[in-house]
Parts: sequence; structure tokens; C-alpha cells
Amino acid sequence: MRPNDRRYTESHEWIKPDGETMLIGITDFAVAELSNGNEGDLVYCDLPEAGRVLDAGETFGEIESVKAVADLNAPIGGEVVESNTATEEHLEILSKDPWNQGWLIRIRPNSKSLDKLMDAPAYEKFLAAHKH
Amino acid sequence: MQHTPLHDLHVRLGAKMVEFGGWHMPVQYGPILDEVRTVRTKAGLFDLSHMGRVRVTGPERVAFVESLVTCFVAKIPESAIRYGLFCRADGNPIDDLLVYKGKDEVFLVVNASNTTVDLAWMREHARGKNVVIDDQTDALAMLALQGQTSAAILQPLVKDCDLAKIGYYKFGFGSVCGIAGTRISRTGYTGEDGFEVYVPKQDAVRVWEELTAVGKAHGLLPIGLGARDTLRLEAGMPLYGHEIDATHNPVEAGLSFGLSFAPEKGDWIGRGALERVARAPTKRLVGLKTDGPRVPRQGYELYRGAEKLGYVVSGSVSPTLGVNIGTCYVPAGAGNPGETCELVINGKRQAATFCALPFFSRTRK
Repeated sequence: MRPNDRRYTESHEWIKPDGETMLIGITDFAVAELSNGNEGDLVYCDLPEAGRVLDAGETFGEIESVKAVADLNAPIGGEVVESNTATEEHLEILSKDPWNQGWLIRIRPNSKSLDKLMDAPAYEKFLAAHKH
Repeated sequence: MQHTPLHDLHVRLGAKMVEFGGWHMPVQYGPILDEVRTVRTKAGLFDLSHMGRVRVTGPERVAFVESLVTCFVAKIPESAIRYGLFCRADGNPIDDLLVYKGKDEVFLVVNASNTTVDLAWMREHARGKNVVIDDQTDALAMLALQGQTSAAILQPLVKDCDLAKIGYYKFGFGSVCGIAGTRISRTGYTGEDGFEVYVPKQDAVRVWEELTAVGKAHGLLPIGLGARDTLRLEAGMPLYGHEIDATHNPVEAGLSFGLSFAPEKGDWIGRGALERVARAPTKRLVGLKTDGPRVPRQGYELYRGAEKLGYVVSGSVSPTLGVNIGTCYVPAGAGNPGETCELVINGKRQAATFCALPFFSRTRK
């Protein structure tokens, strides 16, 4: 089971409350889809500057692997407080620890409610239903 | 989706399988970039049974193929192979292919995604001609062994045929893993030395396993279509649907070595149109290396400042060169080696530099 201290989107981002702010990252499934389990397959990540205001669902960055480029989408609306430049510059962190060290951006959310997003059991079910 | 005779073996090996040209094929068994390095330094084994294989026989076989294909079939020496294309009257290709000139046959290897169209095209133009078109795609499996240790791996399994006597782009027949009369060609799509063998489908798994067993000591590994695409791009070889397609002709793609405008070849479909393009090309295919982490991909546009310069048709990370590479179309005369441009990716720009093709060539080194 994936961590249940956060919520998930259908485009494989997670969002986790952290005090007054929230952290956003991508799931192990997203990393595996992009890199096929090989950390060297991730080549580029672009994250937004602090201060950028995001709507729910808005693309805030992109991540690129040998195979493809994927958008990073905001699970909820808010203002970017900080981007994780360590992850941006060392993409292998995403393969090792997508849940903690590999967070991507910290936002100050417009609303604290994450009720519209999936919890861990729902995300597991979603993945199982979409397994190819 | 169609399955090759080796499909279940790929699944057992843990390959990631994808749809390609109507077939369920292994895109990778391990990391794609490692697979590229394996072929460049040791050897790789590929299942190419999805590719179309067509044997043309009958008294008019040479004249018939001559009228459809861009290369000069009558001039191909026996047991030699040439690159060519099938084009429409407008000069744009419906496919590219290899032409094997045998003693009593012309054997064609075409792209999986175009096999049905190619066969229909051939049969339509064969009306009234004394030829037999035999689609052997289903009956034969096709395996490629590519890399510097290929000959050392294959030779112990071959009887009555000295592989050293089969030169590059030549073919012969020999007993492979006990299968008499197996077609063996010194061809490939990687820029490396190597062989392609054509065996009855019921023997495909056994031949694969015998090659794997002998190859173990030589570092041989199975290689998927993902690495194959990077290998062919590094070697500057075209892929239908990218460098060439229904709107990109072979002259502007830099494939004039595969076209013959010799008077003795006579007329062939697309000849007139391509002669006109050759006199006044409007664009050309050139290489591109990015000066940063972004990877060129089909459809990206190239700019210099506000001026649009062209567009990308293929791209990849290149482990051999240590940079990201691509092929792109630019106006004729533009994109000279060393000139710079910017690749536009989702509105952002990545600096890049034009270069000559191919990116990698072992024989020219």
C-alpha cells in the first residue's frame, strides 16, 4: 500500500499537507512509467518559480525521460512557495524516494480541502483498474 | 495484434511489450540506453519477424521489381543487396526496403507497418506480368545479430558457409542450427557489423536459444525495438514515418544513393517527380545535437530568434555520443554543420547545433 498520509490524482501526482503548506510530488508508478525502473532514463525536470499562482489541474512543470515528456499538474489551486531544486538537478532522487526526498513543489493552498482527490486505497484501485 | 513466433519467449524474458506496426513486440528487456551500449560494444539479438518478407520469382521478376523500386535491380550482382524505396507517382514513398538479388528470385524485406500496402501495390502492378509474389512473412522468422562479436557467435552454428566470405550487404545460404539452406545476410539497422537470418517459424525459438547460448561468452543480450531506433538514428538510417513518409521524399531525405536515374533502368513509378526534386530540392534532412538536457522529438519546431527554421522528425538520447540527437528538415542550403538554432518544447527553448549525418559510423572511423 502506498502512503495514506496524502491524496492522489489520476495523473499520478500526490499532495501532502505539511503545516500551513502542502507538498506535491509524483508517485512511484509515474516514475516507473517514465523510467522503466532505470533512474538514468530520467533526463530533465522543469519546476516553477516561487510566487507563481496555480489553478487546480494547471500544468506547473514537466518531466522528461528517454522515452517521453510528461506534464506535472497541480492537484489543487495555490501559490508556489518553493521548488525542490535538489530533485530538479538530481532526478535519481525520484527513483529512490518519490514520497519524501523527491517532493517537487511546496504550495500555499487556496483551500485545505483535499476531499475531491483519491486516498491511497482509492489510488490503488484506480491503478489496478487501469493496469495494462 | 499479431504475434511473432518468439512472442511468448519475449514475455518470459520479462520484456516490456508494445504495439508496433500491428504487432505485439518487445520495446526493451532492460534499460534502453544499456541495450544500445551492449550492441555498440558487444552484440545484440533482435526479433524482426514482424518485418515483411516477400519473395518474387518468375521470368519477369527483375523487370517487374525494377518498375516499382528506386534502385537499379538489374545491376545488382547476384547475392548482393541494395537499399531502395517504393514511391508513388508524386515521388513520395509508400515504403523503403532491402532488395536481395538471388539467382532465381528477388527477395524483399519491407517495414511491418507497410507490408499490407506494399503487397497490394505489388499485386496491383503485377497484373499481366509473368511473376509470382510469395508473401513469406508468416512462414519465416527473422532474427538479427548485431555487433562486433556477431560473426564469432554465429559461425559455430553455421555449417557449409564461411561467414567471412559474406561481405557487407551480401547474402548467402547455409545450414544454421541444422536448418539447411537458411538465408544469411550481412545486413542490419544499427551501424554495426552483423547478420540477419531467416528461418522457418517453427525453428525460431530453438535458433534464438542456440544463439543465446553461444553468445553468452561474447556478451550477447536480447535487444528491443527501443534501442534499435536509437541505434539506427545514430547510424543516420531513415525510418518510415519519420525521415520519409507520404510527404517526405527520398531525395530531400538524403537517400539519393538508393535511387537510379540511369537511362538503362527505364521508367519507374515516381522517377519523373524525383528527377524534378533532385534538380531543385526545397528542403533537406540534417542532423541536430542539443546543447542541454532536452531530447529532440518528432514534430518539435526549430527557430533562430523569431525565424522558423524547420522541424524535427526523429530524436533520441544518444549514449554513444553522450548528447541528445535528432534529424530535422530545414530549407535547402540551411542547417550547415556548426550553425545553431533553438528547439521549441512546449513553448520553452533548448539551444541546439546542426551537424552532418550520420552521427556515428564504425566503418568510416
